[in-house]
Order: sequence, then structure tokens, then C-alpha cells
Amino acid sequence: MSDPGFFQSALVYLTAAVISVPIAKRLGLGSVLGYLVAGVGIGPHVLGLVGGSSSSSEVMHIAESGVVVMLFLIGLELKISALWRMRGTLLGLGGSQMLACGIILGVGVWLWGIELKSALLIGFILALSSTAIVLQTLREKSLHATAGGRHAFATLLFQDIAVIPLLAILPLLASTSASAANNIHSASHLSGAMQGLAICAAIASVVLAGRWLLPFLFSYIANAGLREIFTATALLLVLAIGGLMSLVGLSPALGAFVAGVVLASSPYRHELEGDLEPFKGLLLGLFFISVGASMDLQLIIKDPLGITLLLAGFVLIKGSVLAALGKLFHFAPGATPLYTLSMFQGGEFAFVLFSQATTLGILTLDQSARFNAIVALSMALTPLALVAGRNWLKPPADPDATPHREADAIEHSSPVILAGFGRYGNYVGRLLRSQGFRPVVLETDAEHVELTRRLGFEVHYGDATRLDILHAAGAQHAKLLVIAISDEETIDLLVATARRHFPHLEIVTRATGMDHRLRLIQQGVQHVFHELAGSALDAGTQTLRLLGIPAYPAERAARKFRRWDIESARDLAPIRLQDESAYFAIIRERVANLESLFRSDPTHEGSADAKAWQPPSAPKTPPVQT
Amino acid sequence: MRRRILLLHAHPMPHRSRVNRHLVTAAESIAGITIRHLYELYPDYMIDVDAEQKLLLDHDIIVLQHPFFWYSAPALVKEWLDLVLQYGWAYGEGGTALQGKSLLQSVTTGGAAEVYCSAGRNRHTVREFLLPFEQTARLCGMTYLDPFVVHGTGQLQTEADLAPHSQAYCTLLSNLASGIDLPPSP
Repeated sequence: MSDPGFFQSALVYLTAAVISVPIAKRLGLGSVLGYLVAGVGIGPHVLGLVGGSSSSSEVMHIAESGVVVMLFLIGLELKISALWRMRGTLLGLGGSQMLACGIILGVGVWLWGIELKSALLIGFILALSSTAIVLQTLREKSLHATAGGRHAFATLLFQDIAVIPLLAILPLLASTSASAANNIHSASHLSGAMQGLAICAAIASVVLAGRWLLPFLFSYIANAGLREIFTATALLLVLAIGGLMSLVGLSPALGAFVAGVVLASSPYRHELEGDLEPFKGLLLGLFFISVGASMDLQLIIKDPLGITLLLAGFVLIKGSVLAALGKLFHFAPGATPLYTLSMFQGGEFAFVLFSQATTLGILTLDQSARFNAIVALSMALTPLALVAGRNWLKPPADPDATPHREADAIEHSSPVILAGFGRYGNYVGRLLRSQGFRPVVLETDAEHVELTRRLGFEVHYGDATRLDILHAAGAQHAKLLVIAISDEETIDLLVATARRHFPHLEIVTRATGMDHRLRLIQQGVQHVFHELAGSALDAGTQTLRLLGIPAYPAERAARKFRRWDIESARDLAPIRLQDESAYFAIIRERVANLESLFRSDPTHEGSADAKAWQPPSAPKTPPVQT
Repeated sequence: MRRRILLLHAHPMPHRSRVNRHLVTAAESIAGITIRHLYELYPDYMIDVDAEQKLLLDHDIIVLQHPFFWYSAPALVKEWLDLVLQYGWAYGEGGTALQGKSLLQSVTTGGAAEVYCSAGRNRHTVREFLLPFEQTARLCGMTYLDPFVVHGTGQLQTEADLAPHSQAYCTLLSNLASGIDLPPSP
């Protein structure tokens, strides 16, 4: 940290992002383009604030962990069952996309003048799309859950798997000595079979640890009650998995994705999401900036026509193949344009693969620079293409046109968030579930979480007063927030957070006493319930019955009392703080009101309620019993 | 063969009902009778449909006893009919659960017998007012028995006033229980 260079770079990167991203976002271009432009701006060819390709590739290396974190988070949202349902799209569509794009682009590259085998390899590298750009852009535009978005996601997942054989084939095509091939990646010294074994072992260990070890670890950390250590554990986990995967020659992003899927059914899912989300955003931003900074503007300025033709050829070929796939696989209406416009660019793995191909002598420096340039340019074009094509991308008018089964692939958030699942919340939760509603339950007591989950409830460990946890629980899409927390201050804090950040949420809350209740009503919370009123009135009703009041009048008395109580609270709330004497005057009035109310109790002769069942022989009352 | 009687009593304010209470007390002497106070069981109107249906299956004679409120029954009786006599159970396709059973209605009216005729203040007979109940019973395949009516409850103040009615009620119920058929409603 004492290195002034660190502060300098941090200053440059952050300033560039802070200036350009909000502008891009405001122009409707999405944050990705903002980051890319920021990168170009600070890059060696414009302002020269960050170094040439060597230092920016170092930054890119750190920034790639953003992609790893992102895939971990995506994995967290996908249960294994949901992934299994996707298997058809994943293999069928993903496989066809790689094969078709790879071969056709390869032939194109061959015609451009590269030897056939290498040309095919380049074709396959160009067939990869950018997971980071596609998913970030689709999420920003809320298009990720549409049919086209899900097809794109499945394809990207397949591409991440396809990177493995591409990395393996690369050295085989090398014309240079075998020693150079050995530097490709750390696992290539293993034979094919050994590497396969290592990959299986790595994935198995991630799955097993995710199942048995991690829940234990998280519960242990959570019980320690140190928030930053939980965050540290989450980051450590993701980076460790990434490290393990690159050790065996697997894409770190893919490994993180597997770990995410394994942890998707863990109660710590929301907490993990909340903790990692800001890291993901920042690291991805850094990644996009470094892509921008690495763009070789000189090459573009030197040979604009050549680059433009190459770019146009690439984009047109890849786009046409993608569009054809959409037709071939009978995408839902509107899905094909989205799939095409979001997936036509080159992927971040292309940079890695091209630089390795250059080291291996498969590509010349000039060729590799050109390919890198068109990949980077196509990335920058993606947000623009989605903006330009937005009229095509209008979702189909009939939402039923997309098959419902597919919609399950990405789990949608519940309309209800239930904060607290203790003695109070469990009643609310059980009642909701009895009617088929599955609230997202947030609970801070780790032991309680485990117990409740064993009873078959979907309870998530997480402090509902934290903004990031509310986000992760889907507060932006939910309709209702039910607060069943016992602590008064925590309730107030959650009410304030929810009202400030999610004003659309309707709040149903528990109040710890009369004063608390009045305060909450005064703040404008619509549905405030005294935590003891229900039980106390039930006890009172039963006591009345035991004293000889028939059941129905006793029930009516309790309901009447409850109504009076709610009205009193509503009347008292607005003046509680403003005018103490008026407050007490109203209390006196309400108490008198209560007395007259119960003079009119059905068990008292001559009351309004009593008249309702008065026999006609009694004087001055309308004959009801005919 | 003895027939089992289920007496469903519905009065929202039983402590203020003189005649109905008297009749129920009298009915308690009938051997094997089941008496249920609907307003005591369901003060919140949450009728337990399963339990009510099971009781209906276990009995042969169903007695609905209630005051005559606004030419009909108290609201809970309507709720009971709405919920318990389900399609496919009591009527309609496969709805044969009540077939062959009998329904007796036992009502108390404030008005004297004279006012319940075409020339009287109420312009119709009690039987006419009870038409929806009768047709309900028929649709469920039940025999609708001639209702037991006590008129002019306001005039029945003393034990001596009430005794003839409770005796008649007891005779009627014990006859039903021992299988002596009453004439079905004409």
C-alpha cells in the first residue's frame, strides 16, 4: 500500500469509471460501454494514464476474477434441478452454436489467408461470446429472464466448458518447440488422462465441500457474528475455487459456477449474494476498463479499412449463424433478435487464447493484434447494437407465448419477504405457506435457520436490515415485506431502510407495544399489529365464555374491542408527539367511548347489539323474530 | 329399528331465548339424540364441514331448530347449508349422502298463528316461508317432514305456558326415533 503507484492507478481507474459510467447509463447505453470508453480514454493511445499492454494485462488478470465472482453468483441463483432442466438447451443449442460458428468463421479466416487448421482454431475462438458483457448488459436491461436471455445464458455456459478443449488443442497446433507448449498452462505437463482425472477430482471436491463442509463452515463463521469475516470467507471461497480450477486447467469461472450451483440451496445463499455483489460489480468494471485500455487504437488508425472489413465480416457471419440457430431451434417470438444482438461479439477468453497462439507461433503479432482489435470492438458494439435493436426486442405481447416450464430455469423471487422466523414469524410463514405462498424468509439466528430448514422451510440466513441482503432477497421485485422481528430498534431500522430504498414495498409489521405501534402508524406504515393483541383477546374471549357468556356474543365482544383498539391507535397516532394535552384528552375520550361501547355490549339489555335479537314482546324495539 | 336424531340448534343469543332453550332441554331426554349448538360451536362462523358431514351420515333424522328471524333462519344456518350441503356430496352428480334421511324444521315465531295466513299480517303461512328449506331437502333426496312450529313466543311466559309445547316436541321426537313415521309434508 505504500507504493504510490497503487494510489495513482486506483485514482485513474476510479475517476474514469465515475465520470464515464453514469454518462453512458444516462444515455441508455449501459454501464459496459461506459467502462469500455473509460478504458480507451485512460489507455496508452489516448491519455496514456495507464501503461501499455503489459501492465493492463496484469490489471485484466485481477479483473478476470470479476467474471469468476459473477459466475459464482449466477450459479447461486440456479439450483441443480433448474440446471438439469436446462440440459437440452445447454448441449443442443450450446453445442450447435460452437460447431456452426466455429466452422463457418474458421472457413472465413481460412479464406482470409491463414492455414486451415489454425484458421479453424481461430474460428472456434471467435465463436466464443463474452459472458461478462452479455450477462451484465442483459441484467441491466432486465432481459435475462426472457426466452432469448435464457438461450444466451445456456450458450454461454456451454462456451465456458468448450474453452477447456480449446486450451488443450492449442499446443498441438504449435509449430514451435514443445517447450513453449509447456508454458501454456500449468496443467499441460499432465497427460490427457491425468488431466481428465485431475479435473474430475477438482469438480468432485468442489461439489462435496459445497454439500458437507461449507454449510458447516458458514454456520461456524455466522455464529461468530463478524460480518467482515463472513465476507472474507465468501471471497476466499470463490478465489480458492478459481485457483483450484486453473491449477487443473479448467476455466476458473466454470469452477466458481459449479460451486455456486452446489450452494444454491444453502441457507447462506442470500448472505453470500449480498456480500459478493459489490465485489462483482467493481471487478467486472475493472475488467471492462482493461479491455478498453488494451484496444490497439494505433492499428485501427493505421488500417481503418482493413479492420472495419474484418470486423464487419466477423459480426455479419457470427450474427447470421446465431439468427439461423434461433430459427432452427424455434425460439419464442422476439427471442432470436435478442439472442443474435447480445451474442455476436467475441469473448474475453479470445484475448487469452490469441496471446497464447501468438506465443506458440500459430499467429503472427499483426494477426493477433487484428483479431484482438475486432474482438474488443465487437464487445463495444454490443451495448450499441442492443440499443439500436431495442424495437425488435420488445417482449411478445402475450406472456404465455413463452413456455412456462422454461421460465422456471431462473428462479423468480417471491412476492413476499418475511423478516424474522422466530416465535412470531413462524406463524406468519406457516399461514402463508398453507395457502401456497413461499416467502423469502430472512433470519439472523444461524442455529434457528438450521432447525427451521430441517422442518422443511426455505429460510435464509441474513440480516434483513442490510440493504444488500434485501436486494439479494429480491426486494426490488417483491410486493410485500412482513416484519416479524422482536426487537423494536431493529424493526424501526428495517422500516426506515425499506421505505427509503424500496418505496414500492407494502409493509406489514409487528409492533412491540402501544407506543411503538403509534410511532409506526405515525410514520405512515399501513399495516401495524400489536404483537400481543391477538393472543390477549383470544384469552379474554375464552375467559368471557368460561364466565358464562355464550360463544357468539363473546366473539363479537372481542371483535368489537379489537376494532375499537385499532381505531383508537389510528386516532391517537397523529397527535401523539405534537400535543401532549390533546393526546391525553383523546385517550380519556376513547376510554369513555370504550365504556359506552361496552354498555352496549350484547350481554347488556337495552344496547344496540342486544336489540338485534330482541323478541317482539319487548317494548320499543322492532320485531325481528317474526 | 331405532333411528338416530341429530338436532342442530341455532340461536345467536341462547341466554335470551326462552322458548328455544326450553325445547332443547326437553329434547335432551330423548335417548340417543345428538344435540349441537351451532352458535356455540362456530361463533366465528368457521363451520367444520368435514365434522358436520360425518355427523349427518351418522344420523337418520336431521332437526333444524331455530327462531324464525325475518321469515327465515338466523344467518349461521344459511352458512351451514351453504358450506355443508356440497355439490357431489349432498346433491348433483354423485351427491347421495343424504338420500333417504328426513329433515324436520322446528321454529319459534313471535307472531301468533293467525297472522300466518293469506288474510293475516304476514300474508303467507310458515310453510310457505320455509319453502327454500323444503326444496333444499328435496334436492338432497331427503323427506321434508311437516315442520314443528311454536307461535307467539312472547305470550309464553310461564312454565305452564311452555309445557304443552315441550311435551308435543318430545312426543314428536321420540316417535321419530322409534321409527313411527310422521306424515311427510304435503
